[in-house]
Amino acid sequence: MQFFFEVLIGGLLAGVMYSLVALGFVLIYKASGVFNFAQGAMVFFAALTTVGFISMGAPFWLAVALALLAMVALAFFTERVVLRPLVNQPQITLFMATIGLAFFIEGIAQLTWGANVHALDLGIADEPIEWLIGNTGMNISKFDLVASGIAAALVAVLAVFFNKTRTGRALRAVADDHQAALAVGISLQRIWVIVWMVAGFVALVTGLLWGARNGVQFALTFLALKALPVLILGGFESIAGAIVGGLIVGASEKLAEVYIGPHVGGGIESWFPYVLALAFLLVRPEGLFGERRIDRV
Amino acid sequence: MLRNFRLSALLGVAVFAFAGTAYSQNEQFVPMNGYWVGPYAAGGSGIFGGFIDYMNMINSRDGGINGVKLTYEKCETEYNNARGVECYERTKKRGPTGASLVHPLSTGITYSLIDKGTSDHIPIVSIGYGRTDASDGRVFPWVFPLITNYWSQNTAKIKFIGMKEGGMDKLKGKKIVNIYHDSAYGKETIPVLDAQAKKYGFEVSHIPVAHPGNEQQAQWLQVRQIKPDWVILRGWGVMNPTALKAAAKIGFPRTKIVGVWWSGAEEDVIPAGDAAKGYIAAAFNVSGSNYPVVKEIEKFVYAKGKGEMEDKSRVGSIYYNRGVVFGIVTTEAIRTAQEKYGKGKPMTGDQIRWGLENLNIDDKKLKQLGATGFMQALKVSCMDHEGGGSVKFLQWDGAKWNTITDWITSDQSIVRPMIEESAAKYAKEKGITPRDCSKEG
Repeated sequence: MQFFFEVLIGGLLAGVMYSLVALGFVLIYKASGVFNFAQGAMVFFAALTTVGFISMGAPFWLAVALALLAMVALAFFTERVVLRPLVNQPQITLFMATIGLAFFIEGIAQLTWGANVHALDLGIADEPIEWLIGNTGMNISKFDLVASGIAAALVAVLAVFFNKTRTGRALRAVADDHQAALAVGISLQRIWVIVWMVAGFVALVTGLLWGARNGVQFALTFLALKALPVLILGGFESIAGAIVGGLIVGASEKLAEVYIGPHVGGGIESWFPYVLALAFLLVRPEGLFGERRIDRV
Repeated sequence: MLRNFRLSALLGVAVFAFAGTAYSQNEQFVPMNGYWVGPYAAGGSGIFGGFIDYMNMINSRDGGINGVKLTYEKCETEYNNARGVECYERTKKRGPTGASLVHPLSTGITYSLIDKGTSDHIPIVSIGYGRTDASDGRVFPWVFPLITNYWSQNTAKIKFIGMKEGGMDKLKGKKIVNIYHDSAYGKETIPVLDAQAKKYGFEVSHIPVAHPGNEQQAQWLQVRQIKPDWVILRGWGVMNPTALKAAAKIGFPRTKIVGVWWSGAEEDVIPAGDAAKGYIAAAFNVSGSNYPVVKEIEKFVYAKGKGEMEDKSRVGSIYYNRGVVFGIVTTEAIRTAQEKYGKGKPMTGDQIRWGLENLNIDDKKLKQLGATGFMQALKVSCMDHEGGGSVKFLQWDGAKWNTITDWITSDQSIVRPMIEESAAKYAKEKGITPRDCSKEG
């Protein structure tokens, strides 16, 4: 039973890391209805820019600040060059544009900083907590716990931002109805820049945590694949959904790998969350926390 | 900041090191179909960096091979099969005699090119990767999985573990977990491990890791349950540092993890930080720039302000030195071909195939090349397209790889029958009549 709980808790903590990636998708979808395929590339770009500045001799916090500036610049660029010319185009057009954006960001990141693998040390040991091993026999990593704390703090900040600030309410208004928002004087361009900046900030935090865990390398772009089932489960528009979806995906994929995997040849954790998400779609297409849309005809 | 313009290949533009189609009649063209961007760029850029630098050193120091200048053209495959085939088609007719040979640097691309290389008469050289049973040159005359294949390496690895345990008889009853990348590459060594488990009486458990392998907690918790004596790591890319970190989390000693050479570069351990200390990996080339061959590159290429590596600290790294090995094998095959077909002339694919099949880099030659201890001696034949089969073992100390063994030979009593059986099956499927090696000149 102890092993079961160890797998479960480890899975939940891994799920929080997936939630961080999913959060970036949710933010942009929530404010603009665009499924941002480039979120994984943004994570890679943010982390690589940070280690790039560190390798040039910048202190850690300066490197992070400069990377954040780069994400802000990327937000302005995306709004001006990609989104603004496509206003009023179908959602699929915007989605395709983000696919192109993903390849562009990946290219620019490697063109600027090279394609080498980098280590990133955040000063948080990725090793088991001895007290827990001594008292419960369970291996839970300090790093995973800290990452969960950071994710929780990020969600709290975003929740306050969306619900309690004027800009946050404007973002929600744009998400609900573009035209109505424009009619009351909300600038669509400004909102899009803000939301891409916030998504860039989330990408930076995600990139730093995943980069510290596995190294800063191109594989960070693959994290987007982990976020998709999380979004399907949690709903594309809900920050809470991204967290709950991440927890479900993390826990279920680990339990499936350990308890079902050996009977079917193993290696199932890459596709098991998708099967789970597909099954869930049949029952609740809008996800756990997504808004049920009723179209009048 | 915009320092690596070669990476513009990502934007869909092929990068040509030698532009245009005009070429001298006294050149030997070698395509550089590799990857400088994408998830595996660290390996591709390092290996092709060493390869190109070695060829440039030969041009600069010796004026080429008996006066024949080596030329090359880069083509970005991004480790993608379709692009690999496209690059092959684009470069196969370049130079006065077409492509000398091709190093696909991908097992998948190698598989895709076997039929094409055979019909176009262009040798496919896969050093340390590719199709293992192509070591049987009777069935695969145009394919050369040189130096050591995965099965040979695996038997050397079990020998190494046996040595550490105090003898092969001590393996009886031991537990070994094989953590592998869930792909054709990862699965390649399962049969040979099973055969060895039967022979030596150890218990082997195979645990797959789904691509890309950036989450491995479930697998390592299974390792913890099994409580193995040793873990074999058959990873690729991000899977490697993730595995080492996951091993540290469950407290599994890194000194008991033995990786394949694609898990044994600096790029595989540096991101894992302290978690990688003590980890062991197999190698068919060593790291370090303190070898005469690398010194010659520094003298004739980098001292002249040239050189492929943007980051010069990578000169002498595992991947870079592997590229130098690729360069040595390629140029020595061309030299061998010239000795038979005429010195000072560019060689055709047929002639270079002969050169590869009659390649003999012995200890004396290694000394001449400045590569003693850097790579193993190599003798290829019609029967044996592997030609070496030994590996060294390296251990990461947190800052560099240290060589901890001499060359450990493979167990051909296990490997060769498996190769012949598999090659014969392939020959039957394809309707190939194996060559009679006694009639080969």
